[in-house]
Amino acid sequence: MIEALYEVFLSRYNYWMAIILMLIGLYALIAKQNLVKKLIGLNIFQTAIFLFYISFAEVRGGAAPIYLPEGVDALYVNPLPHVLILTAIVVGVSVTAVGLSLIVRIHEEYGVIDEGELLQEMRRR
Amino acid sequence: MTETESVVIRTVARIAVPFIQVFALYVIVHGALGAGGGFQGGVVFAASFILMIIAFGLPCVRQRVSTRWLMICSVLGITIYAGIGLLCLLPAGNYLEYGAIEAALGIPHLHGYLIDAVEVGIGITVMAVMTSIIYDMADKGGESS
Amino acid sequence: MTVIDHLPVLLIAIPILASLLILLVGWHDRRFCYPISLITVLSQFGAAIIIFLQVMREGTVAYHLGSWAPPFGIELLIDSFNGFILMVILLLSAATVIYARRSVESEIEPEKTVPFYVLFQLLVTGLVGMTITGDIFNLYVFLEISSIAAYALIASAQKPRAYVASFNYLILGSIAGGFALIGIGNLYVATGTLNMLDLARLLPASYELATVHAAFLFLVIGFSIKAAFFPLHLWLPDAYAESPSAVTVLISTVMSKVSVYALLRIVFSIFTTAYIFTSFPVNDLILFIATVAIIAGAILAIAQDNLKRLLAYSSVSQIGYIMFALGVSNQVALEGGILHILGHALMKGCLFMVAGLIIYRMGTASLKELGGLSKAMPISCAAFALAGASMIGIPPTIGFMSKYYLVLGALEADHWIYAGALLIGSLLAVGYIWRFIEIAYFKDNDHDEGHRQVRAREGPVSMLLPMVVLALLCLFLGIFVEGVMEAVTPAATLLLGGA
Repeated sequence: MIEALYEVFLSRYNYWMAIILMLIGLYALIAKQNLVKKLIGLNIFQTAIFLFYISFAEVRGGAAPIYLPEGVDALYVNPLPHVLILTAIVVGVSVTAVGLSLIVRIHEEYGVIDEGELLQEMRRR
Repeated sequence: MTETESVVIRTVARIAVPFIQVFALYVIVHGALGAGGGFQGGVVFAASFILMIIAFGLPCVRQRVSTRWLMICSVLGITIYAGIGLLCLLPAGNYLEYGAIEAALGIPHLHGYLIDAVEVGIGITVMAVMTSIIYDMADKGGESS
Repeated sequence: MTVIDHLPVLLIAIPILASLLILLVGWHDRRFCYPISLITVLSQFGAAIIIFLQVMREGTVAYHLGSWAPPFGIELLIDSFNGFILMVILLLSAATVIYARRSVESEIEPEKTVPFYVLFQLLVTGLVGMTITGDIFNLYVFLEISSIAAYALIASAQKPRAYVASFNYLILGSIAGGFALIGIGNLYVATGTLNMLDLARLLPASYELATVHAAFLFLVIGFSIKAAFFPLHLWLPDAYAESPSAVTVLISTVMSKVSVYALLRIVFSIFTTAYIFTSFPVNDLILFIATVAIIAGAILAIAQDNLKRLLAYSSVSQIGYIMFALGVSNQVALEGGILHILGHALMKGCLFMVAGLIIYRMGTASLKELGGLSKAMPISCAAFALAGASMIGIPPTIGFMSKYYLVLGALEADHWIYAGALLIGSLLAVGYIWRFIEIAYFKDNDHDEGHRQVRAREGPVSMLLPMVVLALLCLFLGIFVEGVMEAVTPAATLLLGGA
């Protein structure tokens, strides 16, 4: 029983964490009223995906994928997902920047950053 | 963000900034051979500017590093990248095929230097864009274009 | 190695450099931005035609970046399907750039025109990249490049509502991007490759894995959000209605088409018909949702008072037609679907251009205030009527041809009820197109509201020309549909796994 539990949860600890983080992020995206918190939720969501990628790149006992010159026993972790995630991080940064500047503009125009109040303001005008 | 930040912050920032920037350059130049690269180095470089903004205030930093200068940097960086990529087409290589230039000019290890040059280009662009994002944010999104 | 061989990469690299050039030159003098943008997009269009002819003549064109062989390096791959799409989107982009100049002058502050053209160029480049790449992660990167440019472009309308629309689109678009990323990760776990051809070769061995099912669902849902497939279309009406007219034309025609292209590419080229029919039977579900989309989108469109919103909901309905082809997925229906990608791009581009021109001249797109418009703007109203007829599916327009093929395909697959629903959708399209026609042609403002007489004039030539060309293309490509089918048939065959 315990071993089965270990097999299911603990040995794939990273993936469960990725799933939990993803759900936290999606929850924040849907349920939070504050626009900035929504954006934070989006970031958590993206971070969960990064964690997922980095997790499946892992090779038990593998070294960092830096070229070792002479005859060293080389078992590397898979470097490709790291590179992919670097790209995805850049995308995440850009999206966050655009989102934050949009929130700044919305705040300038309507004076609120709460979604419910924002809808009220929009209806009023 | 005014000049009234504490002396400690300003002094530490003054000492730390050069080291951060040297480290950033190291990371950028290291991109071809080991862990590192233009993006990471560029972000570290931009972080030094962000530290300066926090310590000395936006107007002070802006005097030294103007938006216009950043814009030119970001364009320059991408031009280096795309330019080297297109340069590879001249000696009948494919886009970004550094080996083609190396073979055509007969200079050994040239393709490593070309990778470094591309990384520098990426680093410059990332640094400039990151810093200009901070400028725009700290500016309350106003006036800049 | 001549320039021709390098065209695929030049198609992406040169426009990025051009966008930087626009930025630099724009500082010196704002007036130079537009010519550079125009020249770039036109030369892209020319390159697309050359590549397409080459594909037709010699088969698939492949380009390996840095000469890294395919499973390892990034590959640009142009076959008869995406060569066709590439030509369509660049035709529409070129028309939009010609149209954009006057529209931008009136809707965007002068100091924002430089960033506008830069972002416009980047959006087009991102979409071209999405179309021609043969690497699925590269597809994601270009998707995000185009999306970020689109968020900023929508917000460039400088209206409070545009900011909110753009923010909502940003949230949904990023979720879509995230889902696509998870799907790509799952595919990589299952096969260890990111190249599309390689994926198609390796995937059948693991068709029964839950990982692959999850990948399929994430990818399809992600790209369905980007394509605004029916229950996931909520960002669309605001984004289309609030953005500047030129941007509306571009994102409603080019961007949604490219998302649909990516969806078709993933479903048919990476997964195959064998997968969606037997291993993971979703095609009936997609067919059902597509039918709901066709009808619900049309009904929602009828209920709108704003011309731009009406057309936006009509887009939801028309995307349903293309997804209908995906649901039926036999040769004839797919030919109809691909033809509809072309047809819908042409007619929706024309319709949104008319709507933009009306806003340019009248300052409003509210249907109530447009009575008797046909007297003031006869050419644009005629263009609207022609493109609208194509939207409804009146022969011999291209809209009729694509729907004809769709119905034939549905009948061939024994989906009688769905074929009927398709016809009902067309009938409902009469409802919303006729609303504008009736108001513009048959409602005389002199009788009921004399004080609000339409005083607008016909639009400037640079806005009329692309509009009229698109409307006429709707008609002529419908009449000479045989020529178009020569390009569409191999594309459909390719998708179904034939030669």
